[in-house]
Amino acid sequence: MPNSYSETYFPVLLQMVLATAVGFALVALGVILGYRVKNKVKDSPYECGVQPVGSAKERFSVKFYLVAMLFILFDIEAIFLYPWAVVYRDLNHGANRMFGFVEMLIFVVLVLAGFFYIWKKGVLNWQADPGPASVPPAKAPAAYSLSEK
Amino acid sequence: MPANLWPSSTDLLRFGPEILLTLVGTLMMVLEPLLDNKRVFRTLSLVTLLGAIGVTMAAHGVPGLSYANMIIVDGFATFFRLLVLGVAILTVLLSGDYLEKEGHETGEFYALLLFSVVGQGIMACANELIMVFVGIEISSIASYILTGYLRDDKRNNEAAMKYFLLGSFATAFLLYGVAWIYGLTGSTNLNDIRTVLSSPNFTNSASLVGMSAALMFVGFAFKVSAAPFQSWAPDVYQGAPSPVSAFMSAGPKAAAFAVFIRVFLTAYGPISDTWVPLVAIAALATMTIGNFAALRQTNVKRLLAYSSIAHAGYVLVAIAAHSTVGTQAVMFYLASYVFMNVGAFAVVTFFARKGEQYVNIDDLSGLAVRQPAMAAMLTIFMLSLIGVPLTAGFFGKFYIFKAALDSNLVWLTILGLLNSAVAAYYYLRILVVMYMREPGVATNNMDEAPFALRLTVWASALATLVLGVMPGLLLDVAGRWVLALGR
Repeated sequence: MPNSYSETYFPVLLQMVLATAVGFALVALGVILGYRVKNKVKDSPYECGVQPVGSAKERFSVKFYLVAMLFILFDIEAIFLYPWAVVYRDLNHGANRMFGFVEMLIFVVLVLAGFFYIWKKGVLNWQADPGPASVPPAKAPAAYSLSEK
Repeated sequence: MPANLWPSSTDLLRFGPEILLTLVGTLMMVLEPLLDNKRVFRTLSLVTLLGAIGVTMAAHGVPGLSYANMIIVDGFATFFRLLVLGVAILTVLLSGDYLEKEGHETGEFYALLLFSVVGQGIMACANELIMVFVGIEISSIASYILTGYLRDDKRNNEAAMKYFLLGSFATAFLLYGVAWIYGLTGSTNLNDIRTVLSSPNFTNSASLVGMSAALMFVGFAFKVSAAPFQSWAPDVYQGAPSPVSAFMSAGPKAAAFAVFIRVFLTAYGPISDTWVPLVAIAALATMTIGNFAALRQTNVKRLLAYSSIAHAGYVLVAIAAHSTVGTQAVMFYLASYVFMNVGAFAVVTFFARKGEQYVNIDDLSGLAVRQPAMAAMLTIFMLSLIGVPLTAGFFGKFYIFKAALDSNLVWLTILGLLNSAVAAYYYLRILVVMYMREPGVATNNMDEAPFALRLTVWASALATLVLGVMPGLLLDVAGRWVLALGR
């Protein structure tokens, strides 16, 4: 039984040292033993095996950023559900019957109100004209639409 | 796990104002895409804010601690809740016509305003450091968005970006301070921290406790725009829409002072020897920087921002006094400051017109000829900001410096009074331009002020004068509701 602060964390330190050592060792082995080829094809960016069609330095539709932001919001909602589910039984015990359920219900309803808001505001509508929130991209917006693929 | 987690009806009532505002704010977000007539939201938010005032008074009838001692309803909390609700009502009255003129009246504006007030209400009644943090964040995040509300306006965008980056950075300091004091005392509850710090068994180093107080001071000083963390205020107040500047310079500031006082007088009360000199020096620096920088301003909004920094300095003087009289003075001062400042910004909102074209001091030339009533109102606010007798500002300053003298802060009182003299120069300059110059491009062809705006200006001016003639009305309330020192 570890009894001091340093003893408790000794395994963690050990693991960090080992992980670092293994990482360095693998890279070093690659450098020492590996056979290297350098050519134009190998230096080109990897695009799922398809020939690259142009520069990656393009303007992206601002819609990506909106969707990413919304994804984080709803992702966090899902993350909150996990610890809640773990303590669900304790939260709903005895005098607290239904308490945990109602608490989460309030939270989910609030997030749902947010979902309703972004839905009605047309944020989820990928095809619609870019609203005042989005800067029109330099190229035609159709180039970014999913349906084209 | 506690035996009963369900909040009692008393708990719900004590937290009622915030619950009501949250519900209506959310309802507004849901209604916003469904309703075409955006004027509905003005009425709805006014009714809600008035309702919240009613609930606040009802909650005041059942004072005490709620939600595992996380919130406290006492006179001090009620006072600041009423204050921020009052500011919000004035802001709604001010915003409607402004937003309509700019073609941007939406439900989100009012919903965000209500959410910001929720945060300020939580700040006023928080009795626990995590609640303090949550309140500050709710209030600030809503304010960041309101600052950049006219998103096609470059000035709005710049102001919002600066405010957001600096604001989040400052809140991180506050949170770090919370972590330190939790590590040292094992609690985030203000009363528990006080008990631990004043116990003779407490062996942790005083410098560590001081460090946590200093870190939290950084966070609070930023929120009240005290030196050396004041540099954001001029840029943000200048860039934000005028009604939002009025709101930010009053509501969040008052709430931040409330929470500042509660944390430092309650939790850090036992170590007041370490933080009182710090607050005194910050007070002096804030007053001096605010007043001297304001001397050179040409933009009215920027001038009012520096003046708002200087006024934060005066309030810090009263906090440095560290006495019941000092806290009472802060309450009186903030209440009177709120009216004169919102009033001044209301006149600026009226004068600036669409796109805020006219915001320079020189544009005001001859306002007294074209709009005698508005010029007279602005004169009242300016005289009150100087601290001329018969206005609220006079008694505000009087009580603050009296509290400082009672606590033997003679040097700070003298330097503060000298500062007030410097301040008179830049406020009077506005009066000179209004009354002694010929009307120019900006003052000719002015429309009548809309009714709601006139109402805001008149109400603020009336409050400023009433408090200046009969300060006893408010001082009695502040005396009864003041935060007791030894709790």
